[in-house]
Amino acid sequence: VTNLPSQQTAGHKGGRSCIRYRCGLTNTIQDVLNQRPGWVEVKDDGEWDLNWCDVGWLRENFDHSYMEEHVRICHFRNHYELTRKNLMVKNLKRYRKTLEREAGRLEASKCDFFPCTFVLPSEYHIFVEEFKRSPGSTWIMKPVSVYSSDGSRSEEQKDEAQVESYVAQRYIENPYLIAGRKFDLRVYVLVTSYIALKAWLYRDGFARFSNTRFSLSSIDDQYVHLTNVAVQKTSPDYDPEKGCKWQMQQLRQYLTAKHGFETVQTLFKEIDNIFIRSLLSVQKTIINDKHCFELYGYDILLDQDLKPWLIEVNASPSLTASSQEDYDLKYRLLEDTLHIVDMEGRLTGKEKRVGVFDLMWNDGPVHMDVGLEALGSSCLVANTHLGCVNDRQKQLQQLLKPFPGQKRT
Amino acid sequence: MITENPVDITSVLMDESAELSVSVTQIVQRLKGTHLHSQLEKQAKECLHKPEIKLETLKDDVRRLLKASGWERKLQNAVYRELHILPPSGHPRAPPEHTKEPLEYMCKAQVNWEKRILKSLNSMCTELGIPLARKRPVPEQKELTNKWNEMGTDEPGNADTNNLTCSRLHLDVLVGLRNPNNERSEDLTVRSHWGLIQVSLNVRDIPQMREMYPELGLTYGQLGIDDHTHVPPDLFESEHIHIGKKVVSEQDSAAAQQYSRQGCPTGLRAQLWSLILNTTNDPEDITHYEQLKARVINHDLLVDNLIYKDVKLTASNDDYYFVFEDYLYQVLLCFSRDTAVLEHFSYNSATPPKSCIQNKSGSEQCAMVYPPNGVIPFHGFSMYVAPLCFLYNEPSTLYRVFREMYIRYLFRLHSVSSHPSGIVSLCLQFERLLQTHLPQLFYHLREIGAQPLRIAFKWIVRAFSGYLSTDQLLLLWDRILGCDSLEIVAVLAAAVFAFRAENLMEVTSLASAEAVLADLSTLKVMPLLQIFLFATSV
Repeated sequence: VTNLPSQQTAGHKGGRSCIRYRCGLTNTIQDVLNQRPGWVEVKDDGEWDLNWCDVGWLRENFDHSYMEEHVRICHFRNHYELTRKNLMVKNLKRYRKTLEREAGRLEASKCDFFPCTFVLPSEYHIFVEEFKRSPGSTWIMKPVSVYSSDGSRSEEQKDEAQVESYVAQRYIENPYLIAGRKFDLRVYVLVTSYIALKAWLYRDGFARFSNTRFSLSSIDDQYVHLTNVAVQKTSPDYDPEKGCKWQMQQLRQYLTAKHGFETVQTLFKEIDNIFIRSLLSVQKTIINDKHCFELYGYDILLDQDLKPWLIEVNASPSLTASSQEDYDLKYRLLEDTLHIVDMEGRLTGKEKRVGVFDLMWNDGPVHMDVGLEALGSSCLVANTHLGCVNDRQKQLQQLLKPFPGQKRT
Repeated sequence: MITENPVDITSVLMDESAELSVSVTQIVQRLKGTHLHSQLEKQAKECLHKPEIKLETLKDDVRRLLKASGWERKLQNAVYRELHILPPSGHPRAPPEHTKEPLEYMCKAQVNWEKRILKSLNSMCTELGIPLARKRPVPEQKELTNKWNEMGTDEPGNADTNNLTCSRLHLDVLVGLRNPNNERSEDLTVRSHWGLIQVSLNVRDIPQMREMYPELGLTYGQLGIDDHTHVPPDLFESEHIHIGKKVVSEQDSAAAQQYSRQGCPTGLRAQLWSLILNTTNDPEDITHYEQLKARVINHDLLVDNLIYKDVKLTASNDDYYFVFEDYLYQVLLCFSRDTAVLEHFSYNSATPPKSCIQNKSGSEQCAMVYPPNGVIPFHGFSMYVAPLCFLYNEPSTLYRVFREMYIRYLFRLHSVSSHPSGIVSLCLQFERLLQTHLPQLFYHLREIGAQPLRIAFKWIVRAFSGYLSTDQLLLLWDRILGCDSLEIVAVLAAAVFAFRAENLMEVTSLASAEAVLADLSTLKVMPLLQIFLFATSV
């Protein structure tokens, strides 16, 4: 049992001069926490105000900890409802049914972004039926790996996990290719509350390319189809110098050049839809806790018709950097996350944008502030800008008061 | 203007119109053999079946119908294109070499440069023991056909880069240029030129460029500036996109070129560039590309090795262009075999190299252009193609656009000539701009042994490809197409130095100057250009 004796606080919004953090990871997040003015690390049993823990710690300690009001932790207790494939499928299917009953077919079809998936062995028979109904289709078996009963692990710990069960997922045979290569998108979504749902979308992300050229005939070549850099690293072709990544902005420009502005705008709207629907589907299942926030890494795949598909949601997206550029991106991502968590009490709570994060959902869709000229029109523009330009430094300077004890530069 | 009778105004006027009619005749001649011509004939014949046609007014009626159906516009675009690549008209008695390059010392330098490249190519031939060209055995042909879309997966092979001509050698040739008519003292004075290029060519200064390219000015909206997040789109962007859509639907080549001066919207750029360059994707273009592909499959050329090396060294190592590796091979290997490229040598100061083919008995020799397109690739050549991969993914379209860009603009970056868009003029223009407007900086850099051109040369030769971020590069190339000139590249190089002048004044060595200018990926091209051209006091 871990006791967290009550801590002397000066009030959460009062601007704490010293914030104690505990960090269970040894990558970019360490640097970000270390370099944040006024934050000090505590180890072992020390009292902390923010805990950037791994899921293992969470599993062992969360239920036994008493947390003061101001304390923050970077995971929700049962995040695996969203991130474990079998549970995600179950939640999404249930949500879809409810939606169909309440709002009709059209509305429910907006949940059709998850490739047909069956949990094995429990859904074995319906899987076989579906398999027979679509001859020539390809299915991919994905392990649902566990350490213990709740089945959560971080991306870096993939190799060490034990596999408990599988899901069979319809393989997307016509992925969108760039120069013959398959790629997937990694997008970051920050959730600070499930009831009411408050979610932020990070403008930057990246596209991860497969190192080899795509073709269905090479289905045996495992390196072609799995685009995670972590898996790519074991491919004999892999050249660590290359990086195999494009920034989201680059991808968005490329797609716009190829397909035109309107098509790509529609595509990104559909991608927003994936985030929102997936979060809404677990809204009632996830144990909401004002102490918790969570940074998710969404993996999205595009097919040739430019329809986005949800592949996976990660509760512990890899924070290890593969290059300087990657490091910078993850550094900014984590810094902005901490700005939003706002231990220092600098935000009013009414912000629609913090750094590179745009507020995507706040108990309802969030729209951009429109200028006077547009008041006449009834067109509401969503407040998301995935892959768009951002002027982070300037925005942060205007938005945030300096840290206590720090002069504004 | 040379006339037979200097006092005869009439004959001057007649010469002018004679010149015009010569051009017209030339263009008509060139267009006669093209697919467009046969299409026009066919369309005209079909018009005859239409009821509106009357025998009395046959010519006018046919013309009217062709105009209404858009064929006149296509012809206009074709003529416009021919005007772009028409060799400059010279004196009727001047030999063709003078048309290519009027200055003799430039000619000589180009010839010497070519000799060096050939020497390098020949030594590569002997070293590697590969013939200049060989027919591929059938199994190899089959293998290449299967691998056509993924040639990039091959092993890199030997990493020896000695045979790829690099920009340093190229710069040395330019630095060594001297006009024998000009006696120059070696003393450095305020009036002398401080830079490396020691020949006098007529290059535009800022006031002249302001006049030539007013659309880049502060009173005109620009993509790259006025589409920034803080600027409401109603001010410029929306209207500009609307006009762009109209230009594309009208299929007007000249209008597209004018439009491009203010930048092309991302969603329309591919179509606009195609329009400006008048490249089509008709079945005959696709057939032509397939023919070139067949030539690649059938024969292996020594220069292919240069292409493989270059792609592996440059584009494959680039953070963004690595994806397009396969496209680059597909374009460049075909490019080497495209004899249609030889046409551009009528206005290029360079001459295609020739090789002697001996038949089996060794008795007969015939000189053939080698490689078939007359262009020997060098280090960085693939970077000319890479940015285009962002816009076109049909190999035949990508190929056509690249080829047209090359024969209109890019070839000037690596042949020695006096043309205002030639590499010599661009380097000189860069140095003059710097010396005129940033004399303190130039002097300082010179003193610490960091001649600015030594750093800027690589940017200019590649038209900044690989140095700027892709979206900025495309905005720059919009203006190259729009202004029909590469001068903007020289101006940008000077503007970059101006932007980083403060840091550069503090450095004390060439290496540290290089470091200050090593990373251009965050630069915004249009603000730099605008400020340098229109906000610098003259």
